[in-house]
Amino acid sequence: MEQLLSTFVRSIFVDNMIFAYYLGMCSFVAVSKNVKTALGLGIAVTFILTCTLPINYMLENYVLKEGALQWLGTDFAGVNLSFLSFIIFIAIIASFTQLVEMVVEKFAPALYASLGIFLPLIAVNCAILGGSLFMQQKAFPNVGVATVYGLGSGIGWMLAIVGMAAVREKLAYSDVPKPLKGLGITFIITGLMGIAFMCFSGLKI
Amino acid sequence: MGLLSNKNKEVLLGPLSANNPVVVQMLGICSALAVTSKLEPAIVMGISVTAVVAFANVIISLLRNTIPNRIRIIVQLVVCAALVTIVSEVLKAFAYDVNKQLSVFVGLIITNCILMGRLEAFALGNGPWESFLDGIGNGLGYALILVIVGFFRELLGSGTLLGFQVIPQAFYDLGYVNNGLVILPPMALIFIAVIIWVHRIKNKELQEN
Repeated sequence: MEQLLSTFVRSIFVDNMIFAYYLGMCSFVAVSKNVKTALGLGIAVTFILTCTLPINYMLENYVLKEGALQWLGTDFAGVNLSFLSFIIFIAIIASFTQLVEMVVEKFAPALYASLGIFLPLIAVNCAILGGSLFMQQKAFPNVGVATVYGLGSGIGWMLAIVGMAAVREKLAYSDVPKPLKGLGITFIITGLMGIAFMCFSGLKI
Repeated sequence: MGLLSNKNKEVLLGPLSANNPVVVQMLGICSALAVTSKLEPAIVMGISVTAVVAFANVIISLLRNTIPNRIRIIVQLVVCAALVTIVSEVLKAFAYDVNKQLSVFVGLIITNCILMGRLEAFALGNGPWESFLDGIGNGLGYALILVIVGFFRELLGSGTLLGFQVIPQAFYDLGYVNNGLVILPPMALIFIAVIIWVHRIKNKELQEN
């Protein structure tokens, strides 16, 4: 229980996907123009992260890792398929995104209309694949922790993009030097927010 | 048609400045930031991305008339993932230390937006040779930004370049101190912002209103 909580808090604040690792920057920059769409994309990313991480965790530990195929019999104990992990992970993520897209289209057409173009793009959001790769690197003890890590990373990403969208909405009224407008100032603000988030990095939980 | 007609030259050289993938097309920012605290990983990352983009472009361009439209994203991802797996295994074999430093970012080349962006925008509508040039051009444009950022971050942050001491000891004796802030990840964003700023002062048509 304690580990679940600490993984959750760490993944939101200390290991924040955007401010600590810069994953998912492309959609972060492109979609953070207003709070409402930013929130929608944040929810979708959180959802997909929370769903794909446990699946990838199971695959990693029961199929891909060295010795993971032991349950098939002792002949398979020495098989190491980890070089396939990129392909497997991205296939799971892409097919899951497609699935979510179809479900949302069928049952929540209003949400689909507002998210429409961003949904398929989630498959190539670095934060999602990054979540799975970090899961592989950190070697979590059980699937519960991996799920919580996915949820926390998603919420952290959402927090960052919504905060950024709020700042950019206000920024429309300020007088930014012309060549810096748009992309440039967004980067500088993200950098400053990242420095602010670094104060969490000393946190011991 | 010569190998380097005017159009092809533009395809190859355009992405280096006027149509740079990072500072103009806003693609591939994710990994541009995390790997640039030293010059060496930045160079390796730049070369890896160039190789992957060029070959993925060729493969998708050869397949472009046979891929059904609805599943093209999955096909593209599988091609990219296969190429990235090869690059990752090669790095593990020949440049293990750098591979360790790059950690998950080698795998993240798959979701590097440059890849998908160029496949969607160029390879699906052009022949293999043009696509190859486009891939090389965009990869080099990306590498250029990475190298600039990596150069300044390593020089200011550690006083070294590629691991060699560049700033003489006499400076330190006089009280010069390495700027530790530059090593921290957020500074990469600020460096890129400054590059964008300079780039847009020179290219007025890119300024946003």
